Amino acid sequence: MEYTLLILLLPMLSFVGIGLLGRKLSHRAAGISGTLVLTAVTLLSYLTAFDYFTTQKVNGVWQAIQPYNTTWLNVGERLHIDLGILLDPISVMMLVVISTVSLMVHIYSLGYMKGEKGFQRYYSFLSLFTFSMMGLVLATNIFQMYIFWELVGVSSYLLIGFYYTKPEAVAASKKAFIVTRFADLFFLIGILVLSYFTQTFDFEAIMGGDGSILSSALGTTFLGASALTWAMALVFIGAAGKSAMFPLHVWLPDAMEGPTPVSALIHAATMVVAGVFLVARLFPIYIGFTPEVLQGIAYVGAFTALFAAIIAVVQTDIKRVLAFSTISQIGFMMVALGVSTSMKLTPEDHGGLGYMASMFHLFTHAMFKSLLFLGAGSVILAVNSNDMKDMGGLRKHLPITHVTFLVACLAIAGIPPLSGFVSKDEIVTAAYQFSTGMGIWMTVTAGFTAFYMFRLYFRIFWGKEYRGEVKPKESPRSMTYPLIFLALITLVGGFIPFGQFVTADGAPYTIRLNSTVAIISVVVALVGIGLATLLYRKEEKRASWLPSRSSGLYKAAYNRFYIDDAYLFVTKKIIFNNISRPLAWFDRHVIDGAMNGLAWITNRASDAIKGFQSGSLQWYAWVFLLGTLLITLFAILL
Amino acid sequence: MNFLIVFILIPLLMLFALFATRNRKQVLAVMVTGSSALVLASIYLTVRYILLRNSGVAETMLFTSSYTWFEPLNIGFSLGVDAVSVTMLALSAIIVFTGTFVSWKIKPLTKEFFIWFCLLSLGVFGFFITTDLFTLFMFYEIALIPMYLLIGIWGSGRREYSAMKLTLMLMGAASLLIVGILGIYFSTGAVSMNLLDLKEIDIPLNLQLLFFTLTFVGFGVLGALFPFHTWSPDGHAAAPTAVSMLHAGVLMKLGGYGCFRVSIGLMPEATEILAPVFIVLTAIGVIYGALSAIHQTDLKYINAYSSVSHCNLVLFAILMLTRTAMTGAVLQMISHGLMTALFFALIGMIYERTHTRMITEMGGLMKVIPFLGVSFVIAGLASLGLPGLSGFAAEMTIFVGAFENADLFRRVLTIVAVSSIVVTAVYILRMVGKFLFGPMQNRKHLASIDAVWYEKLAVVILIAGIAYIGMFPLGLSNLISDSLAVIIK
Repeated sequence: MEYTLLILLLPMLSFVGIGLLGRKLSHRAAGISGTLVLTAVTLLSYLTAFDYFTTQKVNGVWQAIQPYNTTWLNVGERLHIDLGILLDPISVMMLVVISTVSLMVHIYSLGYMKGEKGFQRYYSFLSLFTFSMMGLVLATNIFQMYIFWELVGVSSYLLIGFYYTKPEAVAASKKAFIVTRFADLFFLIGILVLSYFTQTFDFEAIMGGDGSILSSALGTTFLGASALTWAMALVFIGAAGKSAMFPLHVWLPDAMEGPTPVSALIHAATMVVAGVFLVARLFPIYIGFTPEVLQGIAYVGAFTALFAAIIAVVQTDIKRVLAFSTISQIGFMMVALGVSTSMKLTPEDHGGLGYMASMFHLFTHAMFKSLLFLGAGSVILAVNSNDMKDMGGLRKHLPITHVTFLVACLAIAGIPPLSGFVSKDEIVTAAYQFSTGMGIWMTVTAGFTAFYMFRLYFRIFWGKEYRGEVKPKESPRSMTYPLIFLALITLVGGFIPFGQFVTADGAPYTIRLNSTVAIISVVVALVGIGLATLLYRKEEKRASWLPSRSSGLYKAAYNRFYIDDAYLFVTKKIIFNNISRPLAWFDRHVIDGAMNGLAWITNRASDAIKGFQSGSLQWYAWVFLLGTLLITLFAILL
Repeated sequence: MNFLIVFILIPLLMLFALFATRNRKQVLAVMVTGSSALVLASIYLTVRYILLRNSGVAETMLFTSSYTWFEPLNIGFSLGVDAVSVTMLALSAIIVFTGTFVSWKIKPLTKEFFIWFCLLSLGVFGFFITTDLFTLFMFYEIALIPMYLLIGIWGSGRREYSAMKLTLMLMGAASLLIVGILGIYFSTGAVSMNLLDLKEIDIPLNLQLLFFTLTFVGFGVLGALFPFHTWSPDGHAAAPTAVSMLHAGVLMKLGGYGCFRVSIGLMPEATEILAPVFIVLTAIGVIYGALSAIHQTDLKYINAYSSVSHCNLVLFAILMLTRTAMTGAVLQMISHGLMTALFFALIGMIYERTHTRMITEMGGLMKVIPFLGVSFVIAGLASLGLPGLSGFAAEMTIFVGAFENADLFRRVLTIVAVSSIVVTAVYILRMVGKFLFGPMQNRKHLASIDAVWYEKLAVVILIAGIAYIGMFPLGLSNLISDSLAVIIK
């Protein structure tokens, strides 16, 4: 399957080509060529998936294969960084997800970005992103993953800051890069610790075999925990940064300053789930050697899921609602991984259910969340605003956007038989297996999800009549077709026998719904939707029992619980003003002052003794005589 | 005749030719021809070197030869190169070549400027081909003196103060160095000044400790060793563009190279003992330089502090005493050389257009000068260690190599050094965000024209180097690593 190399090379070429030609290319040519390349990549990805899932099962277990691997850099006697392609069920699934969403975004952007300045730049960056993301999921070793991890980070930076003359966009892109870079620092240290013990970066070498390669890292302890625990926890911090887990989530809502299709591709469907993918990739280590870290992941995920859902309830910018929703949903995926208790998934042993559910949810979420973002983009283009208060009653004006958006809302709220219902239900089931408390927590979060999504839906499409001056128009076909396509996947996605393809140990599994959990989930979802319908379907009327807009809770949630302000305090007030500024002063005045002081002393000293060279003959004669006498005296005495 | 002589002959010929020139055109013709010849010579040398190594020649140094100069003191002129010096020569040639194009419009006294510039490069090339302590020191001095005039006459801002400061601090360092060098010579029985011979002779440990400190600090000052780095921000800020390029790009590497060849190469036992002290200093320097850069508003100061951070990382890596870290150090020297030269070149070009280097007085320039803007962003990304550009390969080699040391002390300090990747991102993005992005600050800047051909040429060559090393580091890294194998296990 050597042709998989093209999946990486084509977007790279497209990036370089469109990037170098730049303005010499017409908008049309840049858009079309970018989209055509992506079409080819998508077809190749589908071909890969087909090829893989028809041929690579041995003894009933999906095998991992490496069609391509080459050394990129030697770092030491035994350590070397490779670049290659690893195909296994999750990487093949990610190929399909990334290429599908990316293609939809490419097509959609032909309409959405039409006439924008820097259109060519936009398409060239999209190609760069696709290349980097593909390289990340296909990585054969953890260092390759880190390399592409940084590259998706920079593509995200470039695309968030696409409207670079807007100060908010510049600030948001900077924030996104620096927050994730901060997390990547821990990832890198984790890699350094891990690789010191394993003496290899290669996934298969680390996780294959009997795990003896990892036991040396287990034996070494530092501050009460084994080196392996430290390494895996550090790696997870990296994952948490990219996947916007609390408290590193602050960059994602701001990232919405980028063009909306970018938010759909990078900040909803693909890059932000890289953290989930990383934990899934290293899952055998987490589950086999550091289960305590895995539990920690579950708690971080669970907290983030509810925390973000609560914030989403009160936001008024529709993209911000979706951003917090994304954070919350990624929390679900993390929880699912965290609550797993074994690699196995058979009717007898459900320990690995969470892993499968997490990957399934990653897949369905990518589809319906990118659909939601693209739908939001269509709305934003129609009314020229991000804010809910400028919307309402749009269902008549934007019929296609409305229906597809509704499909996505139903899916994320968890209404059967849509895709989101099935995958989320598996997660909640796994959570109940872990502990009842965790199950209830996730059920409540799911209820919140249904509520805020339908609040969003009703406030955009229902409620008061649209009052803007210009009558909103439905978007062009280049935008509606991707919406319809994604809606179709969302409709039927739940029927994919996902467990047949992706499980922790590679053995196929048939998904069976747990009817108790399913019923509870549906009821909770309906309650959430019902509440939203009651409150927002007609002209908004606020029930007296709701917290008022001036109440502390509402304000706190609206201001994202002041986490951003806390960061600002630390970075601006403490690091910039209290560390960097004094340090700069210290350098100029103390360290450099010492040097200048030395020069000053030299100057003074020469000033003081220069009188000797007075040029006065009598003075010279006196000194000469005195010197001669002294020497003579010396000679006599000795 | 030894081929390496070419590297001093060309600058010498250029000097004579420059004396004879009558107008600017002739000066530029001489400079372009001469620096192209240097580039070709360094390419030829690199190819020959690789071919020789591939054919199985295993000596430490290739192209060796020795001429006696002053017999009574064993002062000779010995030549020889290994992969480290070959790559340094190539780097110097590229910087001299691009520096010429960047100084295309230098005024006043074009001819005199280039004469001193040539003398400076003569010192640099001589330094990298020699394997003899005395000539090493001599070329070091030759490279230093023109700096004073170049900054004092063609500089900007507080140029006289800066020129004086830079020269005095480096001269002070040189005085430590000469004591160290003579000490080594006499304590080994005064039989030879050749590094290759000296390596075979053991120096008593107590003397090693003294001479290691003297030479390491002596060279370290040039390599911006914390806390002796303060000449660098002032010096670089005041220097004319091409001089900043050559100075930060190549001259600062003389420091790292000297530490590696002389201090560590000749006194391994003292290195073991004293390394912790300097590891602490350099680790502080890495993070300190980066933190100081956050608060600067002058583009040249930002880059100068950034250089302090990156160059301290070179010294840090050398002191880790593992082959991987040392390979990384050499990669970092090359990478930083290209990167910082690119930065200074671009800053000079931008200054010519905006007449300010204060990021607070600029904004939205990307729209007006996209070529320079994009190049600046690329330089910035290289500096913050983006994969695919040279900084990443170098830094990762250093970090992995440093982590090979199992003791907690080095581990912790490595982590301190690693954390600079975050701080670097902060100051780079702050700088780029302030002056390239955002709204226009000064309407006068709207009239700026984008880069012209000679500027583009210089920028493209430097970026190509950065990108090539960043994407295909394997060949270069193996070349260096193999050559270091004989020096360190």
